This record gives sequence, C-alpha cells and structure tokens, in this order.
Amino acid sequence: MVQLTVNGLPRSFEGDPEIPLLWYLRDLLDLTGTKYGCGMGLCGACTVHVDGKATRSCLLPLKSVAGKSVETIEALNGQHPVQIAWMEGNVPQCGYCQSGQIMQAIALLKEKPKPTDQEIDSAMQGVICRCGTYQRIRGAIKSAAGVKA
Amino acid sequence: MRNLSAHPRRHQERGGGEGMSRVSFRTLDRRTFLKYTFGTGALILGTHVEGWASDADNAAFHPSVYLGIEPNGDVIIVAHRSEMGTGSKSTLPMVVADELEADWNRVRVEQAIGDEKYGSQNTDGSCSIRDFVDAMKVAGATARKMLEQAAAEKWSVPAAECQARNHEVVHAKSNRKAGYGELAPLAAKLSAPEKDSLKFKSPAEYRYIHKNVPVVHQKDVCEGKGTFGIDAKMPGMLVASVEHSPVYGGTMISFDATEAKKVPGVRDVIAIDRFKGPHNFQALGGVAVLADHTWAAMEGRKKLKVTWDSGPNATYDSDKYREQLIATARQPGKVVAQRGDVEAGLAAAAKTHEAVYTTPLLSHAPMEPPAAVAEFKDGKVICHAATQNPQAVQETVALAMGIEKKDVICHVTLLGGGFGRKSKPDYVAEAAILSKKAGKPVKVVWTREDDIRTDFYHSTAGMYMKAGLDAGGQPTAWLQRSVFPSIGTTFGDESGYGMELEMGMGWNDLPFNIPNHRAENGQAKNHVRIGWLRAVANVYHAFAIHSFVDELAHLAGKDPVEYSLGLLGPGRKLEITPVGMKYWNHDQDQSKYPFDTARLRNVIDTVAQESGWAKRSKGNGHGWGFAAHRSFLTYVAVATEVEVTGNRVRIPNMHIAVDAGQTFHLDRVHSQLEGACVFGTSLAMLSEISVKQGKVVQSNFHNYQVARIAEAPVKVHVHLIQSDAPPAGIGEPGVPPVAPSIANAIFAATGKRLRDLPLRKGLRA
Repeated sequence: MVQLTVNGLPRSFEGDPEIPLLWYLRDLLDLTGTKYGCGMGLCGACTVHVDGKATRSCLLPLKSVAGKSVETIEALNGQHPVQIAWMEGNVPQCGYCQSGQIMQAIALLKEKPKPTDQEIDSAMQGVICRCGTYQRIRGAIKSAAGVKA
Repeated sequence: MRNLSAHPRRHQERGGGEGMSRVSFRTLDRRTFLKYTFGTGALILGTHVEGWASDADNAAFHPSVYLGIEPNGDVIIVAHRSEMGTGSKSTLPMVVADELEADWNRVRVEQAIGDEKYGSQNTDGSCSIRDFVDAMKVAGATARKMLEQAAAEKWSVPAAECQARNHEVVHAKSNRKAGYGELAPLAAKLSAPEKDSLKFKSPAEYRYIHKNVPVVHQKDVCEGKGTFGIDAKMPGMLVASVEHSPVYGGTMISFDATEAKKVPGVRDVIAIDRFKGPHNFQALGGVAVLADHTWAAMEGRKKLKVTWDSGPNATYDSDKYREQLIATARQPGKVVAQRGDVEAGLAAAAKTHEAVYTTPLLSHAPMEPPAAVAEFKDGKVICHAATQNPQAVQETVALAMGIEKKDVICHVTLLGGGFGRKSKPDYVAEAAILSKKAGKPVKVVWTREDDIRTDFYHSTAGMYMKAGLDAGGQPTAWLQRSVFPSIGTTFGDESGYGMELEMGMGWNDLPFNIPNHRAENGQAKNHVRIGWLRAVANVYHAFAIHSFVDELAHLAGKDPVEYSLGLLGPGRKLEITPVGMKYWNHDQDQSKYPFDTARLRNVIDTVAQESGWAKRSKGNGHGWGFAAHRSFLTYVAVATEVEVTGNRVRIPNMHIAVDAGQTFHLDRVHSQLEGACVFGTSLAMLSEISVKQGKVVQSNFHNYQVARIAEAPVKVHVHLIQSDAPPAGIGEPGVPPVAPSIANAIFAATGKRLRDLPLRKGLRA
C-alpha cells in the first residue's frame, strides 16, 4: 500500500504501486487538470509539485512518492499570482499544456523570485506549447515576479 | 482546409455567408439542443420552449439556433465551432453579444453538439469568422430588435423610441426601463423581423468588438478545470489503447492476448476490422486493449503479440521517395497555370537560374493526442470527442456502426490543439466500435507514439524552380513544378495529381508580373495517410517560391524587399485563371475576395518599415530574411532576424504584418499570429517525419522535435492592418511565410542557401 498526500489530503492506494503518478491522479483521483502529453518526461504537460519541486508525473511510479506531498493545479485556488498573471496576459490558446506551464513557473519563482530571461528559458524549456504561447508565458512569469518585461 | 467531410465528393459543405439565412433561421426541429442547454421556460430568441412542441408556433417564429434568453435574463450563446486555441468560442459569441447589447457578464457560452442545423461546424480552413460573423450579427440584431419591439408594445410607445442598451431596453422619454429577462417572454410572441429590416451597429457603437472580451475557456484551463477529450468520462467506461499496423494499410493476421490479459485492470482485448476502400476517416483497424484505467490499457498493450501483413507499403523509404519527388519535379508535369511562352522566354534569357526545394512529411502533434469516449446503446451512439468537426464524427461513426447520422450525438470538448488532425475522427469511430463490442462506454486514448506514427501526415513535397533573367536580373520567364502525394489520396483519388484546393494554395496563383510563366504539377503516390496541417500546401509552395525570389534578388544584387515589390508590379486586382481547373480561392468569388497585389504590397511595406529593414545589419552569423504570401484570403509579410552560431539558430525578432480584412477579437488575432510564427519556426527548423521499410522512424518529442521556448522567436511583433475589407483567415495564413523568411535570413547571415526543410539538417552538414 502506498500512502501519500495529494493537495493536502491523505491518500492511500492498494493497487499496483508501479502506476505512474499521472495516471493515479487522473484516472483514480479524477484530478484531470494534470495532462498526458508524451509519457516519457519530454513535454512537461504532466508537471506537478512533489514536496514543492516541479516534477514530471508521467513516468514517476506511485511508490516513489510514498510519504511525500503532491500538489496539482487543482490545489491552487485560482488566485495564485502566477494564475492571475496568466489570465491578465491572456496566455493560453488551447490551454492543454498550461497546467504544466503554470506548475513549472510557480516552482521556478519559488527558487528564483526574480528570474532572468535565461533562467526563465532554462526552467521552461521542458514544457512544450504547440500553440506557441511562449512569448506570453515569459511575459506572465515576469509580471508575476514583478520584473520588467 | 475545409470542405472535406467524410465524403468530400458528395458533401460539399458550405459555411454560413449567403447560406446563413437559410441555416440560422431554419425552424428548430429537434429538442436535443434545448434539453442540454436551456432551462425550463427559457426563451430562444423570443420563443417559449413550450412553443417548440407546436409546429404551428414553430412556423410562426424564426428563431436563431445560436441564441437564447432565459427568463432570468441570462443570455445563452451557442458556440458551434470547436475551440482548439483560436478563440472562435469567444469571438463569435462576442459578436452576437455586441449586436444584442448584452452584458457579457450575463452571457453564457455553450458548446453545440454536432448538428447540420448550425451550418458547417468543420473548424478548419481559417473560416470561422469569415463564414459566420454575419450570421452572428444577424442573430444578435434580430433579438435586439424584438426586445425593443416587446418593450414598445408593453409601454404602448413607438418602437423607434425604445433602445436596447446593456441588457435592458430604455424608453428615455418616460424614463422607463425593462430588463431582457422581463422582455423575453413578450418578445417570444412576436414575429422575427426580416433580415433586410435589421439595423446593425456602427463600429463606433461596438461594446466588445475590437475591445475584446475575456477568453471563455481561459479561467478553466488556468485552473485545470477545462474538459478536453482525454478528460471526458462516461459512467462505467473502460479505457482502450489501440495497436495499429506499423505500416500504413497493413492487415492483422493474428494476435495473442494471453499476456496482455494478465495485466491487472485489463478487462478485454478486442480486434477492430481494417478499413475498407479508401481509408477516409475510418478506423484503421487493429487490436485494442480495454482496461479500468489508461495505464493498465497501455501496459496491457505492451504485452500484446500481433502479427501483421504489412502489405505493399512495407518498402516505402522516405529518403528514396524524396529522390523520386525531385526526379519527377525535374520532368514536365501537368500544366496548372500558364502565360506567354516559357520556353522562348528561357531561351532568350541573358541568364537562367534553377533550384530544387524539398519539404518532409510532418505530424500535427497537438499536445493532446487524439481522444474520445463513446457509448453505443439501443442503436445510437453518444460520444464526447476532441474534434474539429462533429458532423464528420456523425458521418464517420454512423457509417462504421451502420446507423443513421442523426443517431450519433457528438458532444464537443475543448481540444488540446488541433492543427487539422482532429478534423479526422478515426479515433472516435474506434471508441464507438469498441463500445458496441464491449457493451460499455469506451474511451480511446492515443499515446504520443500512436499520434506521431499513425497520423494523417502533412505531405512531403519536391519543387523545381527555373527562371530566365534579363541583364538586370529581372525574370522574363518563370517555370515552377510541384510534386507531392495529395490529400485526395485519403478519399480515394489515385490520379497522383494535386487537388484544385492544393493547387490553389500558393501554386496556380503566382501574383508576379512576369510575361512568360508556367506552373506544373507532377504525379506522386501516397504510402501513408495524407491529411491537412495548418496552412496545408501553402507551406511547401511558399517555401519554394519565396526562397527562390530571395535567390534571384541576391543574384541581381538587389534588396529582397525591393525585388519582391518589383515582381508584384503595381497594385492591382488580379484575375487568377488557372489551366484545367477553377481558381480555388477558398470557394470565395474573386469579385468579393480578389487577389489584390496592393494589399500584399502594403503588408510588405509595413513589415519593412516596422522591422527597420532598410537599416538592418548582417554578416558574422547575423542576418534578416523576408517573405510575403497570400493564403486563406489574407495577406502576410514576415521579416525575421536570426543569429546563427554553428548549427544553432536564435531568432531574436520576427515581425509579421497582416491584412485579414475586418477583425474582431484583436487579442485572439494577435495570439494566433504569434502562435503561427512559432508553428512556422517548428516546421522550418526542426520537425521531420521519416519512414524506413514503411514504418515511421520518429515516435515522440525526442525525435519529432517542435519548438520549445528557447527555439521559438524571442519576440514576435504583430502589425495588424486596419481594414474594412471582408473578413479573411487568421489561424493559418501566418504560417507559410515563416519558413522562407528564416531560410532567407540564414542565407543573409551565413551565405549558406538551405533548400530542404527542416533547415537544421543543412546547418549540421
């Protein structure tokens, strides 16, 4: 049995502990804000926080997060400064990758509250947006950080 | 791309436009929509829901299918086009709300199910605004007039004295007001006014148009609450992962599911028959593993043992095929446009120049792979699908199940990207077929590998270009040949030639003022499914033509922008007259949407001015490139700055000037053009599908590369021309000039002429 915390709630799972965190969240907890994009940790659509760190959930066996705290996009109340910056900047187009983008950006700003362009690119490089919203993502991160665009 | 339904020869779908009066005012004959959308007592453009039960009442009213007003004043606007990121779900309802004088905060936008009563729902071909904005204006203005009339009757005053303003009707003389909710039941008793009697707002009166409204799905997706196809659920459903033939057209001989069935959570393994005849949008066929959850289905599938008869495409090798395309392009093909005498022009030229360009197969790779859930029950199918074309879902599923189209109810989810892939509902057919066999709802989720290895690919192409030049370097003769496997092959066209629409996408409509000109098209066979991808044939045609123009400009020692303007000649409306076919022009009359070189010149001038083209620096790995192209009835010029270090290309700035006629939601227009520059950069620099022994080599984002944040242009500058011309396309036309502008910039920066996409391969060499 795997025990963990998801969005502040204690959870336990008695099924195959090899199930990737992504599919546990999506199919068993119905937290579908976290997206499948590649299944290989290549696109970042599945990014969640594990003990506060941005983590790709699509390859991560549930057993490896035993005892840890997982946060998904659903844990945010919609009023997070990064979410607000995203909405003010009208970042999303289709919106599919944006949960991952937002979770990645929040983790970046935790580590680097005033990121440079290079630090933004380096942190966000792992999260693909096929619609091409990168310019607005960069702008929204700067806006949330209160740095000059 | 548009007008390709599941049976393109039979169903030439029309959008709205002139046809809208027929479509939008047709009496609603089905109540499914009402059941899902409106509460009891709701009013559909002034019509009581109860009234729908009576044919007499129906005949008395002419309600719009796009609009209803609840008794509490809530305005419900139906979005009948799919939302895949373009903003059509926000823009079209915004136009209704503006004409209605509705308070946007009291507007609820509901996604339509698939139903032909809405007109075309095929969200493709950059035509949502072009084809439907008038219908939206009519819906809003009709309701506004009826509400004003209702207030006038209520107060016994002339209707002309009553004015709808921000969700209420005001009679200024007597200082009376009534809300839309209060007036709706009264308006319901009125006859709808004739379209000719409607008064539309002037631009100065617009409340939302040009000022934007919040994007309808934005808050949801920022909070992880948006429902995409992959998120859709039905009670008791199983999730399926489907193994397809690794070679296009292969047939399953046998399979062994023993090990697959041992995976915990796997419930069933079911074969799907191979498609019959042209693949069309049919399910390809294969073997599906059905399980309690997605991971179990995927794990079970890994344990499947399937034996395939790969068929004749097992010898397909994309490198060898590319050589064939080039060889064909070097030979005379079918003439599709002609003027003067090219041979004589070439013979008399002071100098000739020729070049061959190639582009590879491309996969759409939307971030959400194809996904849909369906339930077959009592001879009907209900499905929830990430689809660009719910009516094609109805047709395709109906055909697969042997039922009537009307018995397929297709709910449209948000789409995690589309780019043309999700116009083709093979994956929805899979879900329906599996549901019937499993006796339960089934959600089909394609893996990224399925998506990249089993796509309807953007066609690979070879283009041969030859120009005869006078002593000043101006072309006096111009020959162009294009060869590619056509989208027509998907629908059984085995002629080997491009379709009228592919020729009309930047090939038989060369706007240059050259006395001797000929465009040709050679034959090519398909060995994979060919489909349409954002901007379609314009992508490879624009790459060849505008790279070649840049080559000629440099040969002549002229500035590429000046040289292009010289080729275009004076601003004028061209009459395009291809050979052997009509000019496609997106099914629009050239009288309404002419090819106007003045507008192309204007975007070129604009991009040159805004980018500081005349003062640009070059050399030492730094340079600027330019290209301008009309597609989807829209005029676009792009100027790109590159910094080349070894094989790495950084794009600090990309300027894009666009004349798309009238535009409405400016923020979504800008976002589409920003996105087009990134999409164009992906296909210019990075993306390639290659095939060995009939099998696609690439499988996921490590080897099918698309632009990430650092590869994308750092800054896209959008310059939108203010125009009163009829609205044209936005989603796609930004893409075609991007690749040639980058290739031309790399030439300016390095002196290296790259004629094959993706360009990174030429830099590595």
